[in-house]
Amino acid sequence: MDHFSPVLWQFLEKWLEHFALFPPEASTVAPQSDALFFFMVLVSLIGLTIVVLLIVAFSILYSKKRHPQAVQIEGSTILEATWTIIPLGLFLVMFVWGALLYFRIYTPPANALNIYVVGKQWMWKAEHEGGQHEINALHVPVGRPIQITLISQDVFHSFSIPAFRVKREAIPGRYTTVWFEATRTGTFHLFCTQYCGTDHSQMIGDVIVMTPGDYRKWLASSTSGDSLAQDGERLFASLSCSACHNTRPDARGPSLANVYNARLTLSSGQAVTADDAYLRDAILNPSEHTTQGYAPIMPTYQGQVSEEGVIALVEYIKNLDSDYRVQQTLNTTELAPNIEEKAAPAAKAPAARKGVTP
Amino acid sequence: MSAATIVSLPDQSTARIPKMNFLTKENGLLSWLLTSDHKRIATLYLISITFFFFIGGALAGLIRLELLTPQTSLMAADTYNKVFTMHGIIMIFFFLVPSVPATLGNFLIPMMIGAKDLALPKVNLLSWYLYIIGGAMGVYVMASGGVDTGWTFTTPLSTHYVNTHVISTAVAAFIAGFSSVFTGLNFIVTIHKMRAPGMTWFRLPLFVWANYAASILMVLGTPVLAITLVLVILERTVGIGVFDPAKGGDPLLFQHLFWFYSHPAVYIMILPGMGVISEVISTFSRKRVFGYTAVAFSSVAIAVFGFFVWAHHMFIMGISNYAALIFSLLTMLVAVPSAIKIFNWTFTLYKGSITFETPMLYAFGFMGLFTIGGLTGVFLGTTGTDIHLTETYFIVAHFHFVMVGGMLMAFLSGIHFWWPKWTGRMYPEKISQLAAVVTFIGFNFTFFPQFILGMLGMPRRYAAYPPEFQALNVFSTAGATILGVGYLLPILYLTWSLKYGAVAGDNPWQATGLEWQTQSPPLTENFPETPIMDHEAYDYEWLEKQNIASQKQKEVASAG
Repeated sequence: MDHFSPVLWQFLEKWLEHFALFPPEASTVAPQSDALFFFMVLVSLIGLTIVVLLIVAFSILYSKKRHPQAVQIEGSTILEATWTIIPLGLFLVMFVWGALLYFRIYTPPANALNIYVVGKQWMWKAEHEGGQHEINALHVPVGRPIQITLISQDVFHSFSIPAFRVKREAIPGRYTTVWFEATRTGTFHLFCTQYCGTDHSQMIGDVIVMTPGDYRKWLASSTSGDSLAQDGERLFASLSCSACHNTRPDARGPSLANVYNARLTLSSGQAVTADDAYLRDAILNPSEHTTQGYAPIMPTYQGQVSEEGVIALVEYIKNLDSDYRVQQTLNTTELAPNIEEKAAPAAKAPAARKGVTP
Repeated sequence: MSAATIVSLPDQSTARIPKMNFLTKENGLLSWLLTSDHKRIATLYLISITFFFFIGGALAGLIRLELLTPQTSLMAADTYNKVFTMHGIIMIFFFLVPSVPATLGNFLIPMMIGAKDLALPKVNLLSWYLYIIGGAMGVYVMASGGVDTGWTFTTPLSTHYVNTHVISTAVAAFIAGFSSVFTGLNFIVTIHKMRAPGMTWFRLPLFVWANYAASILMVLGTPVLAITLVLVILERTVGIGVFDPAKGGDPLLFQHLFWFYSHPAVYIMILPGMGVISEVISTFSRKRVFGYTAVAFSSVAIAVFGFFVWAHHMFIMGISNYAALIFSLLTMLVAVPSAIKIFNWTFTLYKGSITFETPMLYAFGFMGLFTIGGLTGVFLGTTGTDIHLTETYFIVAHFHFVMVGGMLMAFLSGIHFWWPKWTGRMYPEKISQLAAVVTFIGFNFTFFPQFILGMLGMPRRYAAYPPEFQALNVFSTAGATILGVGYLLPILYLTWSLKYGAVAGDNPWQATGLEWQTQSPPLTENFPETPIMDHEAYDYEWLEKQNIASQKQKEVASAG
């Protein structure tokens, strides 16, 4: 049978093909988020139906024609209590359910693979620990928790993957995190959802979810040869950080070996944990983050290091074990054995100038 | 929908508009520009906000046209950004915030409480001038190239990254803000000090309660916006660094300050609209509002809770998880008074004697659309689902259901309801009912698809979008054309009715408010002598007795 109108048919076809009225559920959290969403849709539909039915029924029953004389009624405490308590109860159920979901989405598991993402006008730049850099694309393996550590280099951006039901603001000057675990392979939208200037709507990319095997191949083929920590090591040397931060007894700065996640006492007396955020602040705004016992002589590196540079430095410091060489360059080793081979000669290269104490 | 039944239109052969009224008292431009009559100032406001509504509406039309196709086909991305920014700024600061309070509130509050004018008539005129100065600056910004920060002025985009008229726009909003502070202050003083004898707090019409609650928000919230805008200007000009992380400032602080005003501002916009709905539903079901005290206190509850929910705009912005919990919980609490209102209005219909004139149709539209808008607000107030839905078209649909489906419906309902009082003439009923239905249909076509777009993940403020979102955007644009017709119709027939409308008489709806117990249009002093409130609000039995008494009086007069 011929189509009644080719134009209309084309439109319908396109519509059916391109168009689902519902986004794909491609992460572990997506079905959980949708369950709450549909619960709320259901409650809303019931509420709306009650209101509309009552309005229609009363309008018919008590129209002036049928009911010429109104009966004055003051109100009803029981009814007031009913429609205060029932909505409140339902809203509280949503609140608790939503809170559980919220904590799940914003509490990355300890074994998550970390990927740094820098937002800048108008692109997303991803930095993998193995030294892979990508722009407006993010390759991740299926079935593995991925933690995204976000920061913005300029204005507010927002990192959104609708198919995973996750979103997090990328804020200038502060790390934020979000995590997800993809449950199916494929290509999904990555959007910037916070208005960020002229090409806001071009700040979109693809999240490519791959099987572990494909992901390993991708890691191997995309690495620049150096891991992120090695990039950091080189930067550490070129900024002469090691002039002060070394393991000599007369060093002007504290040794950074094993400093990551250690409890530090600052010269203000405040105790802090040396996490990513602290390390970043200590590089860019050192005078307020001096460790107790050291003079506040470190200059600021604000404006001298890009956000990617800071990320590389942080990653380097994270991996510092006992001396100023990258001991363990890759957290992704079990996924990417080929990288290890590639990275090994690079690690032997004399990147760090100082620091090996006999 | 039954045919229109105007409750008691006076006999057309004898009906005349009273010669002496506030419109005819003085003539000439100056008598309007220097007036201190609240009704004339309300008229000035009505004309000016209508002007801004149509500018904002034209910009909305451009947005919908651009979004017809996935590419940036009609205008460049920069232009699109300016268009949606100006749409937001004009609609919020120059239409929604002053819409009901400055027009209907100004016109009605003194009459409803039995006063001659607002407490501070000259301050009232000053409010209008501030509004006009702010508005003129807004128009200047548009004419000279616009601004592209979004109406939210988000830093550091607004302070360091855009090259458009941020400062002029901030000054415009700053000045217009003082206009609403003065209006709010004026209402509060008037409602406290100028009530007629016998007009106790619990005899006040619910419209007055709603505007009182909104006034508190205006007076306490707007100065925070003013401070924030000054900080943005200082940051942009001299770089004080409050919001600049490079100087030790905090960009999130801006969001806290901005939403501390802008969330209550949402209630500034919707509360007066809720007041209109209370009046209209009661009048056309000829029944006292069900649960008067509950409705009155729910307005106050919304105003109070409204100040403690601002950070629900920031759930994804890296505020502490526990802070997010508290703000989510408080948001749930503010949703309850709105539910209370909806159910009380619904039960006002119960055992009423209902007629379906235009204001009532708009009020029904309000109730349906506001219920959807309110419930979808709960989706966004719930932390877990907010993550997926915020910053998408879901949020655009949500606030348009509340602001356009809710507030604009209420405004149109109120304009039709009090049009006979304001002008002395009726609007044409049939075409107005048609316009109400067209608006309702067009509105749903325009904004309902946007909920689905949001669920699919389409981000807001996108000039271009992935092609799979096109079909729903086409629906939305098609709906917007219907909606446009729905808004143009009232302009035409209301203007027509100024000359050709039937003469309304004092109380065409047989409503109980004091404003209906005086002539239409009212005298400059509102009442020939100060009225005495000797009955409860919405007392239709009292009204009947009054009618019988005046009937008898007439008979006696004609017999004698």
